[in-house]
Amino acid sequence: MTETAAPTSAIVVEEQETRPGFIGTNIPRKEDRRLVQGEGVFFDDVKRHGMGFVHFVRAPYAHAKIVSVDVSRALELKDVYGTLTGDEVAILTDPFFEMSVPPGSEIKDYALAVGKTRFVGEPVVAVVAATRELARDAAELVEVEYEPLEPLVDARAALEPEAPILHEDAGSNLVWEGVFDWGDWEGCVAEADRIVRIKELHFDRFSSTPLECSGCLVEFNRGTGQWTMYCNHQMPGIGAIWMAPALRVGTDKLRFVTQDIGGAFGNKICLHPYFVACCLLARKLNRPVQWTEWRTDQHTANAHGNERWFEDTEVAVKADGTLLGFKTSAIDDCGAFPRYEPLGCIIWAQVTPGCYRWQNIHVDFTQVATNKSPVSPNRGYSRMQHLWFTERVIDIVAHELGLDPVEVRKRNYVKEDEFPWTTPNGCIYDSGDYARCLDIALELIGYDGIEERREDAENRGKLLGVGIGSTLDSGTNNFGQSMLLNPDLQFSGNNEVATVKLDIFGEVVVTLGTVPQGQGHETTAAQVVADALGITPDEVTVRPGHDTYWNSHAGFSGTYASQFAVTGLGAVKGAVDQLAGEIRTIAAAVLGGVPEEAVVLEGGFAKLRANPEAAIPFMGIGAIVNANNAVLPEEVRDVTLNCRYVYVPPFEVPDTERKYGNLTLTYATQIHVCVLEVDPETGAYEIVDYAAVDDCGNRIHPQIVEGQVHGATAQALGAATHETFTYDEQGNLLTPNFYDYHVPHALDMPPIKTGYIESPSPFTSLGAKGMGEGGGAGIHAVCAALQDALRPVGNPIVHESCNPPHRVWELISNPEESRGRVAVESR
Amino acid sequence: MSAPVAQKTISVEVNGTTYERDVEARRLLVHFLRDDLDLTGTHVGCDTGNCGACSVIVDGTLLKSCMMLAIQADGASIETVEGLGTDGELSSLQQAFSEHHALQCGYCTPGMLMSAKALLDENPEPTEGEIRRAIQGNICRCTGYVNIVEAISAAAEAST
Repeated sequence: MTETAAPTSAIVVEEQETRPGFIGTNIPRKEDRRLVQGEGVFFDDVKRHGMGFVHFVRAPYAHAKIVSVDVSRALELKDVYGTLTGDEVAILTDPFFEMSVPPGSEIKDYALAVGKTRFVGEPVVAVVAATRELARDAAELVEVEYEPLEPLVDARAALEPEAPILHEDAGSNLVWEGVFDWGDWEGCVAEADRIVRIKELHFDRFSSTPLECSGCLVEFNRGTGQWTMYCNHQMPGIGAIWMAPALRVGTDKLRFVTQDIGGAFGNKICLHPYFVACCLLARKLNRPVQWTEWRTDQHTANAHGNERWFEDTEVAVKADGTLLGFKTSAIDDCGAFPRYEPLGCIIWAQVTPGCYRWQNIHVDFTQVATNKSPVSPNRGYSRMQHLWFTERVIDIVAHELGLDPVEVRKRNYVKEDEFPWTTPNGCIYDSGDYARCLDIALELIGYDGIEERREDAENRGKLLGVGIGSTLDSGTNNFGQSMLLNPDLQFSGNNEVATVKLDIFGEVVVTLGTVPQGQGHETTAAQVVADALGITPDEVTVRPGHDTYWNSHAGFSGTYASQFAVTGLGAVKGAVDQLAGEIRTIAAAVLGGVPEEAVVLEGGFAKLRANPEAAIPFMGIGAIVNANNAVLPEEVRDVTLNCRYVYVPPFEVPDTERKYGNLTLTYATQIHVCVLEVDPETGAYEIVDYAAVDDCGNRIHPQIVEGQVHGATAQALGAATHETFTYDEQGNLLTPNFYDYHVPHALDMPPIKTGYIESPSPFTSLGAKGMGEGGGAGIHAVCAALQDALRPVGNPIVHESCNPPHRVWELISNPEESRGRVAVESR
Repeated sequence: MSAPVAQKTISVEVNGTTYERDVEARRLLVHFLRDDLDLTGTHVGCDTGNCGACSVIVDGTLLKSCMMLAIQADGASIETVEGLGTDGELSSLQQAFSEHHALQCGYCTPGMLMSAKALLDENPEPTEGEIRRAIQGNICRCTGYVNIVEAISAAAEAST
């Protein structure tokens, strides 16, 4: 892609319904003032007296036995405070909890490598010293002797009899496998006019690579046995569930504190191995220790997105393009350790049929371990891989049957009047209008004139292509889906907490359980509170970040999986509604025993509806309850003005036999259309027009929503065009930093046109839906546009998710290779 | 030949305040700013000089402070994000970034602001292409740059 000078346009295509109050308006973000002044507090900004800096000695081999470790020379260096080895970790901790059934459950995962290393960059020894530089020096003096073993890099070979075994305890590289069978696949084959067969599709490894790397500053309190972690963990509830048993303590011994986090995108969920190593060091050395991950380490050894192969896909279609069903075998590569996995083996099922009315679906799903970086949730986690697959299927089917991809989509999309729509596996799509979103996106890129543009491009020696990406952003997980992987797991439902209080001087203070990383939670929470209390967002203080000590969190607290607008704001709404009731209760009692309904909240006062002159300022109410409560009648003395609310979405435990049930509460839509031009001489291409249309129900803060659309799209375009974690045959990562791993820069981004509609969710208190992860549509749209563009040069099939120019050149120069991956059987 | 110096006393002016400190010869300017002077607004996002989160202005020139040793800045005058506002008032650029939602997590923002300042100091009326070129050394993973470009453009318009 090259520079584009055209202005970016935001086209509002449907007037927003007018709603009173601050919800739905673009108030200034509360976070911005500190952040634009460099006054945010990120974990690496926190300092403590006498703290030591941690540096990890990491494995240079993808697969090797650790023969010996000698830290003596490092310890001789002045101002080196101490070390930690895998042998110590194996004695002091228990392996992390695994979510899989056997054999995956038998995998032993520790904070440091124990006995052998299983990926390049795996931490083997930790060294602590007085400065960052000295810790690095000392790490170089640690001597580790390895006996290299044959590495396993290709997931497709993981279950071959001769494949090297990563985890001897498991006895196999298999982590999890299962069959998903919904509807009647055999029946739909009998009904089909055509069977389209696709030999292999491959979704590449990449990750959102947040600009701030991971890390923590850990203090250990010897008197209480408690650790405090100033950190950027984005899901402390789950973090504590991993860490506490490993450290052999209760979860209350782990205090997570965050303020500002420099992006996370799911990549800061699986930090527990590093944090446990730091906890052990803080205790062992009796001093605070600080670990800041280096960028190269972040790329090499922390959090890749799941790589997935789709083998031997069959699609049953009627001659008119009606989709009846599909069957595929998915192989998911989770890298060296499962960690958050095998959840990715079920998360995709939230969007089993994509945006379509497919009824008969059969998926054989296998997840394997390989000698590569462990994976972690990554924006669009697992659904993105599956939706890329369904979108590839749609375009390949349309391409092979000579049908219009727009018409095939419209024919098969769930229709606007069919919501709530139940998918073949029991998920309930709450609301939407996919066809309308597509129409808007097509209008934004001027689809009516596309053939003229195609001709114009041809005259310039270029091949123009148009592609569509339809994405559902399923938000608010039902963790009961984990029981479809392992029926013994006792996880189900979801929860989030908020506390809203009126303090002694009338301050309104909100405490969230979530862990924001740029999504503007302070702002949107203030909007909800302001509307409920009749004040302005400026009069609402929302504490930034997360702190276990606030006791305003629950087991699933965190910021992940597109859910804040539902769970976080649902908790805020619940808490502030309670507080409003309590304020009315006190005012009614103080103003002479009138009923609560006679009191209204307005402008920072509780007033009598019938006589606004009779009013008490919030300050007075806060003061009475907190410091002058003897004046209150007995019956209202239980009022605290400190309201903690736990939002619990209405989920049930799924049927583990049928693998059936509602797995997420809301489904936001993003429909993208990409127009690009390919240079057939080189394979280089440029995105010349791009539209993204979003529907996330009622938008609390439209500017924040649009910002999420922009950012997610940029990440998708990066993943579609350049970003891939490529390994060589020895398991060395070839793209271990921003020098080799090219993320979009300002000159790479095409102009993005945006539009939206609002289909309120009937299942949420604000009619809002979680959003922010729908940008995967960009990957689908680019792949589709490339395939469209390349029709005149041998009709190749785009079968990889990441297509840098060299891959496009391969498609152009040898179209038969990809053509051989597809066959159509007429019946 | 004398042994190489491992430590040196340097004097640096940062945002109008002069600091004199002993620093290791190998200490990066960004770590000097963050760890020695506690000016933590300047961030570190990579270890290869690609991301630009550590961008500062040294003697009028935009630089990535991870690509310069602290001792090389001896005698220099440095501007960092902490110096952009005046008496608690946001500069027009800072204000524009907030108004146009040009930041989400805020991690790239200090470096982005310094690159934008360096641009507008030189070229008060940049085109969109010039703005994009000016921030091509700053990576943002949240915004797709859309609103950043708008904000810089708006700040330029506001001050001309």
